[in-house]
Amino acid sequence: MNTNLFVYISDFIVPSVIILIVAYGVLEKVKVYDEFVKGAKKGFSTVIKIMPTLVGLMVAVGILRASGFLEFLSGQIGKVTDYIGFPSQLVPLSIVRLFSASAATGLVLDIFKEYGTDSRIGLIASIMMCCTETVFYTMSVYFMAAKVKKTRYTLTGALLATVAGIVASVWLAGRILL
Amino acid sequence: MLNFLWAGMIIIGVMYAAFTGNIAEVTNAALDSSKEAITLCLTMLGVMSFWMGLMEIATKAGIVGALSRFLRPVVRFMFPNIPKRHKANEHITTNLIANILGLGWAATPAGLQAMEALGQLEEERGNDRSIASDEMCTFLIVNISSLQLININIIAYRSQYGSVNPTRIVGAGIVATIVSTIVGCLYCKMKNRGVRR
Repeated sequence: MNTNLFVYISDFIVPSVIILIVAYGVLEKVKVYDEFVKGAKKGFSTVIKIMPTLVGLMVAVGILRASGFLEFLSGQIGKVTDYIGFPSQLVPLSIVRLFSASAATGLVLDIFKEYGTDSRIGLIASIMMCCTETVFYTMSVYFMAAKVKKTRYTLTGALLATVAGIVASVWLAGRILL
Repeated sequence: MLNFLWAGMIIIGVMYAAFTGNIAEVTNAALDSSKEAITLCLTMLGVMSFWMGLMEIATKAGIVGALSRFLRPVVRFMFPNIPKRHKANEHITTNLIANILGLGWAATPAGLQAMEALGQLEEERGNDRSIASDEMCTFLIVNISSLQLININIIAYRSQYGSVNPTRIVGAGIVATIVSTIVGCLYCKMKNRGVRR
């Protein structure tokens, strides 16, 4: 019952966002359709821009998968992670996520292909991507721009938040599993 | 960073395949994956165009301004030591809202401006600005804890890979994001309460 309610709310979120934005736009006298088309063009060119990146990363992950290395790695890591109930297949993703969003995407797509989008692993990976960020990338961009050299407790805090997000993902995936 | 990561994946992959006798599969994997990336982008073209179109309406309608009123008390709570009229407040608010809405292209410039303003604040306080202030640490941790409410990319990927209900994870994603952000905030509050440098 609880589980169903949760998924039920999820079903409503995207449609609610759509109607809220369009209605708010109309109220504010925005030419909604013209603006929509303008934004859609931006979205279109964004995807075209990331296309080569995606080709590069999906090829790299594809090779890694086909070589059997990913399985080997998960198997080794699994000896440790099985104790705490974290799927070993998600360890490479958790680590890569800290460095690069696009490389993490490549791994998530591989997980979707191997285990299915709605499997426990697929759901955890989906939720994890929602609640974590590229820690090292963000830190280097922001601190370099501000010319900060000593970052004090930023990394610890960021990693703590990331771990909390991953733990929450594992728990929540169990709640919405079919 | 990505250069090493990418080269590493390919070199390890090919070498491991050679040693384990999977070398024939590597060629297929490379060809199939590149084709697949393009198929995926076709789905993404549709979803991203639609979503960015929607966000353009939101931006034009002034939703960022409307939302910043709600966020102001939160920013005050997280950054109590920034003077009320300091421009850092405004940049931080804009950055947080852009992140919540998933407008990465608007979030980064505002975020960089916020960092610059916080650096100036340190100079005004007479501190060395090459050492991150409490505000900078907090701002980055909150940023990294991920604020985005709806990750449309993940929904698109899920739909491309045959999910029966691609948006199934939206509610869970929001809860997980809130959890990670709260943990990040609590940690900052704990750290900031200590003796000031």
